[in-house]
Parts: sequence; structure tokens; C-alpha cells
Amino acid sequence: MKIIVVGCGKVGAALTAQLSREGHDIAVIDVDNGVVTDISNNYDVLGLVGNGASHAVQVEAGIESADLLVAATDSDELNLLCCLIAKKAGGCNTIARVRNPVYNGEIDFIKEELGLSLTVNPEMAAATEAARVLRFPSAVQIETFAKGKVEIMKVRIPEESVLDGCPLSQIHKRTGTEVLICTVERGEHVEIPHGATILKAGDVISVVASKQNTRDFVARIGLKSRRVRDCMIVGGGKIAFYLAQQLLETGIRVKIIEKDRDRCEELATLLPRATIINADAANQSILMEEGIRECESFVTLTGMDEENLFLSLFAQECSKAKVITKVDRLDFDEIIKRLDLGTLLHPKNITADNILRYVRALQNSIGSNVESLYKIIENKVEALEFKIQSDSPVLGVPLSQLKVKPNVLIACISCGGRIIIPNGNSTIHEGDSVIVVTSHLGFRDIGDILQ
Amino acid sequence: MNYSIIRRILGIVIQFTGAFLALPACCGLFYGEKQAIVYAVLAVLYFVIGKIISSIKSTNQAYYAREGLVIVGLSWIVISILGAIPLVITKDIPSFTDALFETVSGFTTTGSSILSDVEALSHTGLFWRSFTHWVGGMGVIVFILAVLPMTGGYNMNLMRAESPGPTVGKLVPRMKDTAKILYTIYFGITVTEIIVLIIAGMPLFDALCISFGSAGTGGFGVRNDSCGGYSSLIQSIITVFILMFGVNFNAYFFIIRKKIGEVFKMSELKGYFGVVAFSIITITINIRGMFPSLYQAFHHAAFQVASIITTTGFATADFDQWPQYSRALLVTIMFIGACAGSTGGGMKVSRIMIMFKTVYREIKKYLHPRAVTNVTMDGKTMDRSTIHSVSVYLTTYMLLFSLSVMAITLFESYDLETVFTSVACTFNNIGPGLSKVGPTCNFSIMSAPTKYILMFDMLAGRLELYPMLMLLTPAVWKNR
Repeated sequence: MKIIVVGCGKVGAALTAQLSREGHDIAVIDVDNGVVTDISNNYDVLGLVGNGASHAVQVEAGIESADLLVAATDSDELNLLCCLIAKKAGGCNTIARVRNPVYNGEIDFIKEELGLSLTVNPEMAAATEAARVLRFPSAVQIETFAKGKVEIMKVRIPEESVLDGCPLSQIHKRTGTEVLICTVERGEHVEIPHGATILKAGDVISVVASKQNTRDFVARIGLKSRRVRDCMIVGGGKIAFYLAQQLLETGIRVKIIEKDRDRCEELATLLPRATIINADAANQSILMEEGIRECESFVTLTGMDEENLFLSLFAQECSKAKVITKVDRLDFDEIIKRLDLGTLLHPKNITADNILRYVRALQNSIGSNVESLYKIIENKVEALEFKIQSDSPVLGVPLSQLKVKPNVLIACISCGGRIIIPNGNSTIHEGDSVIVVTSHLGFRDIGDILQ
Repeated sequence: MNYSIIRRILGIVIQFTGAFLALPACCGLFYGEKQAIVYAVLAVLYFVIGKIISSIKSTNQAYYAREGLVIVGLSWIVISILGAIPLVITKDIPSFTDALFETVSGFTTTGSSILSDVEALSHTGLFWRSFTHWVGGMGVIVFILAVLPMTGGYNMNLMRAESPGPTVGKLVPRMKDTAKILYTIYFGITVTEIIVLIIAGMPLFDALCISFGSAGTGGFGVRNDSCGGYSSLIQSIITVFILMFGVNFNAYFFIIRKKIGEVFKMSELKGYFGVVAFSIITITINIRGMFPSLYQAFHHAAFQVASIITTTGFATADFDQWPQYSRALLVTIMFIGACAGSTGGGMKVSRIMIMFKTVYREIKKYLHPRAVTNVTMDGKTMDRSTIHSVSVYLTTYMLLFSLSVMAITLFESYDLETVFTSVACTFNNIGPGLSKVGPTCNFSIMSAPTKYILMFDMLAGRLELYPMLMLLTPAVWKNR
């Protein structure tokens, strides 16, 4: 597809990297010459310097034949203008980043009236992600498929769990639940397991199951499945606001620690039910005073990655809280993952993934059938949901007889609202939603899983 | 330094050299020459060796600007050596130094020759000599990028190292497609020229070789008098086509995309044609007395100017005999060269224009010391770093130029005009110079060390200095 990305900030760059890896024709526009030079040196894309809302610049980027324009500059208004002009000039699909909480309340109206295909709000998306984790604290990550009926969840196997030393084929017997384990991460090593794989304590596994089954499974393997009752948030930015809002709605007590006095006042007005503390959280005694030892969850959302890392390390050290760490800018994934930081939150990746999911869905009309996409392990393993069409080559053939590529796992079939964890005798029917876990990136159609 | 990727890409380059050699082999078979066998055997040999070298998996796929420059520099040396071997074996040019000079001159589209009797060569050898122009004109690496599926965004580092001009503009988002478009345009115009020349009455073999020579703005002819013996119609056709190959290929891309308006906005084109028109008119006036009619004078002035400014180097008249003004002007436009993004050499019109504008800005600064002024090209403000790199480029250019002249005077006792223009015409990839290296003479008078210096100059000129200078920088070869 031909895609134009306006604005090469964090989200723009993450998105460009991802899209160019998938082989799309990309033009990027930014006002900053240095940024454009950088990005066109690193990726095979066309770089243009200019104002993305200018018609002439858009034409130069090829708006007339473009399929999609993504506006991700730091100004909401400019993004909306870019999309409006693109819509008029090229009639393409448009995605705008709109992050101001003022617009957020009326986002549906804006989307409808301005003819946007999608709006993304990185802070909102990050907050939603964090809230989901807090509602279900034993999971490292959790994602839903098939309209929320199926969950794919990453958990770390605790010490002395029934799963320690359990071969995969025995899982059903030992836990009494219908689940499917689709990846096993052991340190650096990642694999899509088979029946003989033996699990160990400390492995991070991703599990596909229906909602009820995931709850049972978590309880059986000895993890807490109860949601947290309170949450301490450090840093009072936009993500903190959205997160507090969502947590308060579900009855979780929220305490926000923020340095800036004025921002505290603002938050106190916006979130009357939350406790707002005006203090610098880099001070240990403040954290102790506010009860870091007793809190059930601890989220670091300051603007400084380094500060977030240290706060989270400290929290892991002195409390039993579920910890979430925001990492925005630092580009040392492998190293950061090795630290004990609880769940990592990458706002730019979450947004880029949301857009990517839309791009894949957009290809639907041009030959792809991906309903949704979830990266289980960044750049290595992903889970895709396909809607099965009547002409699909996999129809009606028992799975054991399909010639499936190696490292492809059919994880789940959703058949008219019924969730089936498939075995060799299962068959796929028209209209089913099938979830496929694979280490081949960039599948477009269910047919791609075949050899 | 990622040596494994350098090895892999060099392997691919060797493979392609084999593929290129297959063409003169076919040509030789057509004429029933036994030289064809040598070319065919070498083609297979290179292909197999290249295949073996490139099939060893490289451990690390990532490479950056420095590897890009080194790969390009080494590739050009490797293809020149490989290309010289068949000429030596077939005894077309028995001396290795001479054969290497001839192929370097071919690939860099210089067209300087050491042969005094071109017509004595076999058809196979002549064809190969001219074909190297065609390959070298647009670039070997660009060709490989266009046909091979290579992964990742790293290839930009190769493209940037090989294509001429102060900035590399992509035509379309993907580099592979850009390379394909460039070669399609290149191929299209070449074929058109071949057809037009045949219609105008040129023999097929000459039409092929002359077209290759003008497409790459090379300048190897197939006759001893270069283009002097062809009819004046044919000469006019060649004039038009070499001028076309000196134009920035972006212009053709705009024409294909039906954006003719954009073409007229390209200030580099205006500068290019401005210099061409000025030179033709003044030289015509200057040489009027030497030809029977005004048209004759104009005809030869136009051919020589087009041939020199695009750095092709064909000749229809011995311009060494022309008045001093014409000779001086021709040497000046040798340095200006063709447009950036064309197949021509020299400093490039756009660089000269940027330099003039920068000088003007400096003068303005003295008038209004607090004035804030920008240098603009095509209505866009030039980035400070681009202006800086253009200045550094021109300085390096002049530095290398003077060093080469000095070095050659150590080995040769010829007059300064000969030495000066021999460096000027090889460094700028033109071909013939003045005096003892003028259009009727050749470089066989030079000693071996001089030839190697000139070969370095040709490669440095074609690759825009840095790839060759990188190879000579010790720090490059140290592991970081």
C-alpha cells in the first residue's frame, strides 16, 4: 500500500519502521530537515521536508495515488487539517493523532464529521493498556480477540507451580482448563512449543483461551487472579489522568504523586475522587510515607524514562505491588527487559500497533483478511485473527491434514460465538474467526499459513 | 567494519561482471571471431566464482555509510580488473597496465584511450570497450539494486555512494523502484538512439557502440577519427543525444509522470542549457574563419561543446587547433560538467550554481553585515550542511587535481598544457585533452606510473571522490 506519514516524532518513526519492514511504499513528511534525513537514511522511504498540511507538499508525496495518510505531528489541529486536505485532495483513508483531552470527549463527533477513518490517542491507549493489566495483575500482558471473547495473555510461571516441569501434553490434565500455550520465552530464547516441550518455573508463556478459562487457569497455576484494590501513580501527565479516570470508574483507589503544584491543582479538580500528592517521588521517604510497602500496584509515568526505571526497581524491591513502568524514549529493549520492572508500557509502540492493526485491516479490502493483530513478542511472534471467507483453501479440512508451514499454530477457532481450542480433528468453517500464532511476520490471508 | 557484507556484495558484483561479459561474447560469435570463446569462458568463470563468494552467508546484514562507500570503491576496482583480463588474454591490448587503463576509462565513462589504432581491435573487444561505458554510466551497483531483491533500508548507503550529485533524490518511495525507473529511462533513450542512428544510415555495430558511448557519456569510438568520419546528419543526432544524457534524469521522470511544468522549474536545467548555449554561440563566432560556412562552424562548435560539457569526449574536429579562446572555454566547461543525477561527470552544474549563489551571499554579507540570507535552489532553501559539503567537495576536488598534476610532472617531461589537461580530462571523465593528449592523440605516450595516477583520478572523479579516498584512509580498515 502507499502510505504517507506526516510527522516523524516517536510515533511516526516507530510506525515508519514497522510499515517499511512490512514492505509498504512510504513517504514521510516533516518540517525538520534533520529528522527527515535521519529517517530516510535508516529506512527505504521517501523523505520530504515541508508542512504536511500543505496541498503542494502532499501532492509531491503522491497523495493522489496514496491509500492512507497518517497524521502524527505534535499538534492535534495540524493533524486534523492534514487529514481534511488529504481527504479532499486524494480521497484516501486518513488517521489522525488527537491527544488533547478536550477533544477526546467529542472524538466520535470529530471522526464522523471530518470523515476520519481512525483517531489515535497515544496517552489514552497507553492508559487503557495499563488499566487492563491492573484489572488482571498476574498477567504480564493481555489482549483480546474475537470481539473480546478470546484472550491472549502472557504470564510468568511462578515457583512451585503445577506447571513447573510439566510437558505441554499434560496441561489439560494438570489444570483442568481448556487452554493453548502458543509461545514459550526462556531468557533470550523464544519458541512455538509442541506437545513434548517441558515448561519450567520462570518461563513467560502466552496462553490463548476463552475469558473464563484464562481466569481459572491463572488460579490453578498459583497466581493471583484478583484485581488490585489501590494504585499509586507517579507522575501526573496525560496518561496518569486517563488511567486514574479508568481505574476510579472500576472502583480502584488512586493516588497520584506529582511534582508540579499547578498540575496537582488541575488534577485535583479533574479527578475529585483521587488523592493527589504534591511531592517529588524521587525522594524515598515520601514514597514510604505514602505507603509504597502496602500498595497493591505501582505505576511510573513520569516524563523521564530513567526516573521511571529506578522508581520501579525500588518498588519491586520494597513491596509486593504489581509494577508497571513506562518507557518512552530509551531504545534498549533487550537490556530493559532483563531488569525486574514488572510490565513495560511503550506508548509509542502501542499507538503504532493500533495503526498497524488498522493498516492490515484496510488491506482486507485489497486482498487481506486480517481482523486484528497482536504482537506477542516484538518483531518475533505475532497473533492474527482471520475471518474465513467462502473461498478459503482451509475450509472443511481437518487440521491434521492441512500442510501448515513450520512455526505456525492455529490457536483458537471462534465458531458462532463458541470458542474452540482446536485439535487435529477440528475443521474450519465459513464465517469462523481463526486465531493464528506465528513467527512468520506479515501474513495477509489465512491461505498464507499453508506451505 | 562489516567485512562479511562487503565480501557478499563484491561476490554479487563479480557475478554480474560475468553476466555483462556474455554480451560481447555473443557479439563475437555473430562476427565469428575466436576471441568470443575467451569472453564466454571468462563469463562463466566469473559467474561461478561470484556465486560461490556471495553464497557464503554473511553473519551480519547491517551496514552503514562507511561500508557503502568502501563497497562501491572496491567494486569499481574489481570490475575494472576483471574487465581488463579478457583484453589481455585475447591480445587486443597485450599490456595489463594498458588494458586496465582502457577498462577503467571505460567503466568511469572517461573515454581516454591508449590505442593509436582503434580499428585494429576485434569486434568483440570494441563491443566490450563500449559496453563498459553503458554499464558504468548509470552505475554497476544501481543496476544490481534494480534487479536483485536486496533487503532492508541499508541499500540507501550504496546508492548514495554511487550516484552523482550533491544530494540524492529518490523518485519514488522505494529505492529498488527508483533504480528500476532510472535504468528503464536509460535503456529507453539508448534504444531510441540506436534506432535513430540506424535509420540515419549508420552500420549496426557502429550504432550500438556509439550509442553505448553517448549513453554513458563515455566517448570510446570505433574508428580512428572518433566521430569525424560520419555524415553531418549522424553527427547532429549524436549531439542531441549526448546533450540529453547530460540532463538530470529526474526531468525524464517528470515527463513520464506528465508533469512537464516541473521540468521547466528545474533551475539546474536552465543553468545547463544556458552554459551550453553561451559556449556554442561564442565558439561559433571564434572559429568562424576556420570553416567554409557559418553553419559548418556552428555544427562543429555544437558537437564539441555538447561532447565536452556532458564529459563524453567524442570529437568531429581537432579542437586542439582552434583559437585560444575556444580551447580555454572548452577546458572550463570540462570542469563544470553535466547535471547532477545524469550519467555525466565533472563537478556538476548544480554544485557550481550553489557555489555561485554562496559567493553572492558572501558579497551581500559585506554590504549588509547583519543580513540574514539563504541560498535557494528550485525555490527551496538549501540546508547549511549541503552548502558546507559542496564547498568541501570543490576544495577536495581542486586539491586532488593539483596533487595529480604535480605528481605527473615528476614522471613526465611534457609541457604543462598536456599534463594539466590530461588530468582535467580524466578527472572529469571526458577523454581527450589538449596538446599531446588532444583529440587526434592518445595516452600511450604516458609512462606506467602516470597511467596509474590517471586511473585513480578517473575512479575518484566518477565516484565523486569519497569512495576512493575512503579506501586510502587507514582508520576505515580498523575495527571499531
